[in-house]
Amino acid sequence: MSAVATFAPAATTVGNPAINIGIFALFVVVTLAIVIRASRNNRSAAEYYAGGRAFTGRQNGIAIAGDYLSAASFLGIAGAIALNGYDGFLYSIGFLVAWLVALLLVAELLRNVGKYTMADVLSFRLRQRPVRIAAAISTLVVSFFYLLAQMAGAGGLVALLLGVEGAVGQRVVIAVVGLIMIFYVIYGGMKGTTWVQIIKAVLLIIGAGIMTLWVLGQFGFNLSQLLGDAAASAPKAADGSTRDLLAPGLQYKNPIDFISLAMALVLGTAGLPHVLMRFYTVPTSREARRSVVWAIWLIGIFYLFTLVLGFGAAELVGAKEIKAAPGAVNSAAPLLAFHLGGEILLGIISAVAFATILAVVAGLTITASASLSHDIYNTVVKHGKATPEEEVKVARMAALVLGAIAIVGGIFALGQNIAFLVALAFAIAASANLPTILYSLFWKRFNTRGALWSIYGGLISAITLIVFSPVVSGKPIDPATGKSPSMLQGVDFHWFPLDNPGIISIPLGFLLGYIGTVTSREFNAAKYAEMEVRSLTGVGAETATHH
Amino acid sequence: MSKEAPERVADDPNVDPNVAMQQSAEFAELRTKFRRFVFPLTALFLAWYFLYVFLAVWAKGFMATRVFGNITWGLILGLLQFVSTFVITMYYARWADREFDPAAEALAQKMGGHHQ
Repeated sequence: MSAVATFAPAATTVGNPAINIGIFALFVVVTLAIVIRASRNNRSAAEYYAGGRAFTGRQNGIAIAGDYLSAASFLGIAGAIALNGYDGFLYSIGFLVAWLVALLLVAELLRNVGKYTMADVLSFRLRQRPVRIAAAISTLVVSFFYLLAQMAGAGGLVALLLGVEGAVGQRVVIAVVGLIMIFYVIYGGMKGTTWVQIIKAVLLIIGAGIMTLWVLGQFGFNLSQLLGDAAASAPKAADGSTRDLLAPGLQYKNPIDFISLAMALVLGTAGLPHVLMRFYTVPTSREARRSVVWAIWLIGIFYLFTLVLGFGAAELVGAKEIKAAPGAVNSAAPLLAFHLGGEILLGIISAVAFATILAVVAGLTITASASLSHDIYNTVVKHGKATPEEEVKVARMAALVLGAIAIVGGIFALGQNIAFLVALAFAIAASANLPTILYSLFWKRFNTRGALWSIYGGLISAITLIVFSPVVSGKPIDPATGKSPSMLQGVDFHWFPLDNPGIISIPLGFLLGYIGTVTSREFNAAKYAEMEVRSLTGVGAETATHH
Repeated sequence: MSKEAPERVADDPNVDPNVAMQQSAEFAELRTKFRRFVFPLTALFLAWYFLYVFLAVWAKGFMATRVFGNITWGLILGLLQFVSTFVITMYYARWADREFDPAAEALAQKMGGHHQ
């Protein structure tokens, strides 16, 4: 969307582009060195897809935080809180509480049952071919939406930080980010990706922590005062009424829309393929549990930081300046860094934000490429007879293609709100993946028809509702920007009233899984016994490669 | 369902060891132990989360009420969501380490493998 560039005169670039680029280049060089060192032995499939299953629970927990705390969490939530106050905070609560679903119901059982991909678990006791294909399609769709969100974030940041003017320049930078990511994935596999995520998580949490203390320090470490000042300086609404940043409802006028979003957030995490795949990188289910415990603490603490950062940006930067910046809502956190610590802190924080995008995109790409190779190529093309070497080779080629798609998608997604695109990915994951995961693990009777109806039903209903929602077309034009907040301008074909499809598509996914199951007699007692015994006791689970 | 699992089910070639294990009383006990812990806890945190969400959409006035200074009920309840998430996490991890793992390990050994 070149519109972003035309709205962004070069004068609004903050900081010193040379410093920003320098710090980011330093991060790239250091992580590349680590990736190259860590990935010397990446030939086997278990090494490439699962890092040899040799990471500790703590390492994996930090990497999960690095995988999960995406540009949506850092830039999107901080920006949403800065502009809409309390409603932005609700995002982070949903994103955090969702981890309990993963911890209690999914992580350990999935680690015991699966091998490399989400489809391993979904197809375990059902008919391999159709279920694997369905699970792979849904993996690809969810990962694609998530990718778009990250690349959109990269574009916005570029506009703000690097002083890159015009659409062409931004596209070049997105392409560079994409190429670096492709190298991490193709060369480093899961091991390299994991180390990038660990480094990034540490930098991100420390960076956000320092900014949080800095902001609080300006308000005498008095949270109440920070909130009060932020609320007092919030601009009035277009109709002249006061907008209370501390009250819910500024962003979500329609209660049902908000409930729909809340459902998608809390039920989506445990259905995100790139999150699930991380559980295969540890040797045991016990370490998978440790991973989630670490991840929950790190993610929770980080979201507490974003609360302070968001309100801090509302007060110290101000809504007007945020909205006028090239990255708009997504630029609240970098602008806050600039107000606090000038060029240097801005450079560091923007390098961290780039690292964030790079690490998450790498995680998504390896997940999608693993699914293409392990689920589609091996099962469908080779009828399960591909050698591990062939699989890894195909996965690397897939990563290259997916990387190219991410670059093109990122160019088109410029200017979209990131937290919001991610919320759509969550809605699809919760509708298409979670019902089958839970039924598969906990419902004896569950069978192939149930899985297919649930996956395809959840997927198709979620996407259809998104296409015909106000997100894509038909939102009234915002007088401040002269544009409609919808993706498409000048057309209106929406009939679904809500921004997020979750409230319809998630129950539908569960319902279709139930109806499909009870109308089919298929039941594989031996595989069900194997799956259930394996999931709870760990007998037969994949073990770590020697270390 | 009532019979004990044989000492080492893996040794009998005529019986699918997984089916034998799955149908044993001990395994039923392990499954019940697990579900009795995680299902109610899941129901609890989901109910608490949606209570919070419903308050945020249908009790905006209440959520915007200042309790002290500029600290609202909405903020307090939101922060309590963080607290409850941390507490449930540690409560589950402790239970799983101390109660569930040894029980699962005992059955895994009967299968000739070991729970990890």
